[in-house]
Amino acid sequence: MTATQYQEQQMKRDFDPALGRAADASANTPMVRFRNVTKRYGPLTVLDGLDLDVAPNEKVAIIGPSGSGKSTLLRVLMTLDPLTDGVIEVDGQPLTHEMRGGKLVPASPRHVRQVRSKIGMVFQSFNLFPHMTALANTIEAPMSVLGLSKKEATERARELLSLVGLAEKCEHYPSQLSGGQQQRVAIARALAMRPKIMLFDEVTSALDPELCGEVLNVIRRLGEEHNLTMLMVTHQMGFAKEFADRVCFFSQGKIIEQAPPQQFFSAPQHERTRQFLRAVTEAL
Amino acid sequence: MTSLGQLFDVKYALQILPELARAATYTIGITLVGFAIALVLGLVLAIMRRSDFAPLAKTTAFFIEFIRSTPLLIQVYVLFYVAPLYGFTMSALTAGTLGIAVHYACYVSEVYRAGLNGVARGQWEASCALSLRPWRTYTGVILPQAIRPVIPALGNYLVAMFKDTPVLSAITVVELMQQAKNIGSETFRYLEPITMTGIFFLIISVTFASGVRHIERRVRLP
Repeated sequence: MTATQYQEQQMKRDFDPALGRAADASANTPMVRFRNVTKRYGPLTVLDGLDLDVAPNEKVAIIGPSGSGKSTLLRVLMTLDPLTDGVIEVDGQPLTHEMRGGKLVPASPRHVRQVRSKIGMVFQSFNLFPHMTALANTIEAPMSVLGLSKKEATERARELLSLVGLAEKCEHYPSQLSGGQQQRVAIARALAMRPKIMLFDEVTSALDPELCGEVLNVIRRLGEEHNLTMLMVTHQMGFAKEFADRVCFFSQGKIIEQAPPQQFFSAPQHERTRQFLRAVTEAL
Repeated sequence: MTSLGQLFDVKYALQILPELARAATYTIGITLVGFAIALVLGLVLAIMRRSDFAPLAKTTAFFIEFIRSTPLLIQVYVLFYVAPLYGFTMSALTAGTLGIAVHYACYVSEVYRAGLNGVARGQWEASCALSLRPWRTYTGVILPQAIRPVIPALGNYLVAMFKDTPVLSAITVVELMQQAKNIGSETFRYLEPITMTGIFFLIISVTFASGVRHIERRVRLP
């Protein structure tokens, strides 16, 4: 769907009460909706007209071979990369466009920031600010973006840092922490913005196997104790199997197969999926 | 054989010391004010050069190349002797300080550029993911990381700028070197004023350099 088609649909929604109600009923509105999402880098198509709905509170694991567009999906959702075509809706609001005067226009930076503030992201390479302590990393955005006082932000940050098991490390700089600890600070930092959606982009790939566990445990706890919609790109098949509500298999910019984990791993439908799963199991 | 005492008259040297010291403070003042301007303007130029808006980036790049590729002497000449023809009249001191500041701002902007390029892309992405505004992204995240590693290079330009201040004598600014020459032309003794000027330059340069090293140590991360 192009932006124009999307606009037509939006108008229709405004005029058609039946469709409008159905679409606006919050129970049915997906937390994230990708429609015809396309991303090209020059001649290379990374995301190829992708459709995906993620329900509120759903945990979606995204797996697939490298270069299949998994990370790009998270990156376009986080607005780190612009879309070539298609529409993304977050919590019912279009991400890159906004309605102004009954027309769909490219979103202002303010609108993008407002919609994006519902999303938190954790990166493969942590990306902590190296010149700030764990605590300073965590209070930075709540203070400068949400306008919290230093006291409030610090209170919240200490809570979150103890949630990820790092209450003792508040005053440590990233260089003084292990990879697993850095990644847990990064999770606390993202959570400090109170997002509804958390994106995890291969968050354990840069870690020793031994340190993976502590990060995955934190994610597991978040999933159990908080109402968070999660999209995670991962190579940890075991974790995907046990934690996710749905597994999506990516290949060449498309979702080839998606299913609940039990079904996905025990009875994959597509040859490409089987091939991938075989290769992954052999590697273990 | 002439002894050192005959060659270098210590009494005379002490006698001209106050005059030279006055000129030295003047020179230090020009350097510090000029470098402060250069640090700020250079940063602005470096950021403008990275702008997504191509005309701005290109114009800035051209300006930097133009200033870096023409001699400081000509630039201060233009500021002091040509600009008044178009209605911009400045004192020699103002024109000199401004000229040297703009000249070094262009060098310094290239140092900043290297520092900015050295900041990992992930830092920009993390700032974006946290919805930090551009101003806060620069001041809170990017610049503290970009500037730390280039402090030694910036210090280099501070010393280089200090040693370039004699160029301003061409537009009648009486800085340290010009003062030495003036004293020499009055007494026909050049050895003492010039030697002492050299020593002044040496002491002040070393002081600046150690000041920069001190700053470097203070902002070092654990």
